[in-house]
Amino acid sequence: MITLEKRPEPSQFWVFATPLLSVLLTMVVGGMLFAALGQNPFVAMRTIFLDPLFSEFSWFYRPQLFIKGAPLVLIAIGLSFGFRAGVWNIGAEGQYIIGAICGAAVGLAFYPMEARWLIFPLMVLAGALGGWAWAMIPGILRTRFGTNEILVSLMLVYVAEQLLASMALGPLRNPDGMGFPGSRNLSQYPSAANLELIQESAMHWGVVAAFIAVIFAYVALARHLFGFHVRLAGQAPRAANFAGVNPNRLILICLGLSGTLAGLAGMFEVSGPAGQISIDFNVGYGFTAIIVAFLGRLHPIGILLAAGLMALTYIGGEIAQSNLGLPGAAIQLLQGMLLFFLLAVDVLTNYRITWQRGRA
Amino acid sequence: MSALLKIDGLTKAYPAVIANNNISFDIQQGEIHALLGENGAGKSTLVKAIYGLVKPDTGIMHLNDAPFAPAEPRVARSAGVAMVFQHFSLFDALSVAENIALGMERPPPQHKIAQQVRVVSNRYGLPLDPDRIVGDLSAGERQRVEIIRCLLQDPKLLIMDEPTSVLTPQEVGILFKTLRKLSQEGTAILYISHKLEEIRELCETATILRGGEVVATCDPRTTSAGEMAEMMVGRVLHVPERAAGDVGPVVLSLKNMSAPAPNAFGTALSDITFDVKAGEILGIGGVAGNGQDELVAALSGEVTVPAGMIQLKHDDIGRLGVNARRKMGLLAAPEERMGHAAAPDMSLTENALMTGLARKRLSHRGFLRWPAARAFAKDVIQAFDVRTPGPANMARSLSGGNLQKFVIGREILQAPDVFVVNQPTWGVDASAAAAIRQALLDLTAKGAAVVCISQDLDELMEISDRFCALNGGQLSEPVAAQGLSVEQIGLMLGGAQQMDDAHV
Repeated sequence: MITLEKRPEPSQFWVFATPLLSVLLTMVVGGMLFAALGQNPFVAMRTIFLDPLFSEFSWFYRPQLFIKGAPLVLIAIGLSFGFRAGVWNIGAEGQYIIGAICGAAVGLAFYPMEARWLIFPLMVLAGALGGWAWAMIPGILRTRFGTNEILVSLMLVYVAEQLLASMALGPLRNPDGMGFPGSRNLSQYPSAANLELIQESAMHWGVVAAFIAVIFAYVALARHLFGFHVRLAGQAPRAANFAGVNPNRLILICLGLSGTLAGLAGMFEVSGPAGQISIDFNVGYGFTAIIVAFLGRLHPIGILLAAGLMALTYIGGEIAQSNLGLPGAAIQLLQGMLLFFLLAVDVLTNYRITWQRGRA
Repeated sequence: MSALLKIDGLTKAYPAVIANNNISFDIQQGEIHALLGENGAGKSTLVKAIYGLVKPDTGIMHLNDAPFAPAEPRVARSAGVAMVFQHFSLFDALSVAENIALGMERPPPQHKIAQQVRVVSNRYGLPLDPDRIVGDLSAGERQRVEIIRCLLQDPKLLIMDEPTSVLTPQEVGILFKTLRKLSQEGTAILYISHKLEEIRELCETATILRGGEVVATCDPRTTSAGEMAEMMVGRVLHVPERAAGDVGPVVLSLKNMSAPAPNAFGTALSDITFDVKAGEILGIGGVAGNGQDELVAALSGEVTVPAGMIQLKHDDIGRLGVNARRKMGLLAAPEERMGHAAAPDMSLTENALMTGLARKRLSHRGFLRWPAARAFAKDVIQAFDVRTPGPANMARSLSGGNLQKFVIGREILQAPDVFVVNQPTWGVDASAAAAIRQALLDLTAKGAAVVCISQDLDELMEISDRFCALNGGQLSEPVAAQGLSVEQIGLMLGGAQQMDDAHV
């Protein structure tokens, strides 16, 4: 009989090994899935995980890693604080959308004025504030009325999506767009564009912000009182109370932080890689970031690596879609599987498996 | 007459420790047999083996001369072995009769159970109404539910695990009468405890365990408590001694402090008034659940109260939070170690940081000073003899007694002016308990005031200067502890407000 035995101390080995093992399991089961779809599993896996980095077109794909990875890192870093403290913001996708709408709206309001020193910083501020405000809704509802922030934040994603569609069709629609939905292209409006900082590198301001966020998160968690209180509140809420942590204040700070970073990610996306507010502007970064946060063990460096891996599956997925004709849903399935396996093998960190003979 | 239960060479080893090593003893029919030992001596493992919860590695048991190797509690129960656990497994929302029915294989209809409960409770002098909701019962009454549940099975051997830890002296008296009656009728009782006076009063034989082995068997009626304690601990026990320090001015003063119950099962505090002077220990007795946790929370600052209710030296601190009170010299150690006084999944360094931040200056402008925190954790470990490889170890890897020493030491090394502690030696072995009590006495000798809340009356009588009792969220008037009789204490705990009788 297999039994699980609690370890006195969490295993250091498995803390690092579980993410790798779950990636491996995902590849194996994913491969079986692709085989069932009539593909050669080895070719499919190579296309998804290796081609973006090492194929003849990798000069095109490699910079894409920054573009896909930066919003994932920004959002996941924000989420990781809440997840450590036991505050479950599932609605980063909504905060991302609102951040993009606010940032774009500020930029478009100044069109065609030329004053980059004023407009772009204002847009950054507006994006951060928009994401923060959207996250404050579940925050205030929870601290005031005890609602569940998981449900409220998730449902607000759908509200945000409707708002996005109405903005793309209404107030923010391009007046010169012959009636097509979608706003003016911000990346062609120099005062508001989030441009590449180095030619051909895809390094835009969002990438810079993501790296800064990683460093700040690392310092906060390892050296600052705030990070200590976050960890304490997540592991032992009563002990946190005893240490003088105000739980409601911590909930609002965590939600506000994740909302702000998600809003920033949305703003950098809309003014750069996406360029405009459109009905289908959001592609699920807010949800994928949840996987990134857990895959990265809620640790800043881990998140950086996990975001790289996830960005890879996005890019590789697109290649597989066009070259092998794999359905797009298969890639989402692969990402979902990754989280599923991670949570499943995570049990090994705190438990060890022992074999026992059946009892009489 | 052959023995009811013969245990022969029973051994049970766990990966890191041999819990029971070649244990042999007999329990006679109708005998009240004490099983005595410190925490970790192997008492629990042994009774779990008898009750079928643990399968021994080697060794044979015989019940009434028939081989007895229960694979699960159901088998043990049908063979006539019943057990009352230290922690009750009752559903608060159900009635007494419904709770009893839940434990049965084929429960008869409710009214029959209710009738049986009345019969048994009358016969053994255990007053209990089968229709009452368990959530409304006191700890003593809950224990009666468990006992009656066992008695309905008509057991030959009744195992009781630390039954008096939750009872008032009066309730203990009722329990002992019942147990004596059962024993006269031929039911053997295996009585687990570390309270020596109780065992001397009740039991006919005592088997003493130490380090998983039987070290002695004695007749507790003719053996002194001191002798038994030495057999249990294996060396002469250190009795806390107090330096006769001077009692100084009042440092902590509560005036008609009231606080609403924090939740549905909590206790509201009403009109609590007391003064504590520098250099004295105020002992607060009472059965758990009478407002102890709430009182500690209100004193520590986890719960704030309106202005004017708590005064620390010259300052009104009722509205201040935990860390503000810490800075002013009021420190506290709550009862629950895991998850309240300490975070189990964090290192001892981090746990030292938890409350040491304000007074030990372990942070600078919000940034943590890890080396200072590590040094502080090391100091605590060293000064209080905490057995652990080092400050990097998780709190959950420490045994209960060691973690308690760490938690108490962490506060004491911050040199409090007032120290509030709840259940300082709960679940702690005798030598660690003695060390903790000594530390509290040393603290008062240095001029600090201590408020010690405990359910262990012997402990309170040993260390307190004045004593009062918490009952239903109300506090009796403190009286001098010296010379208080057990009856007076019992009346105070029971909430009798004729304090004139209790005055010495």
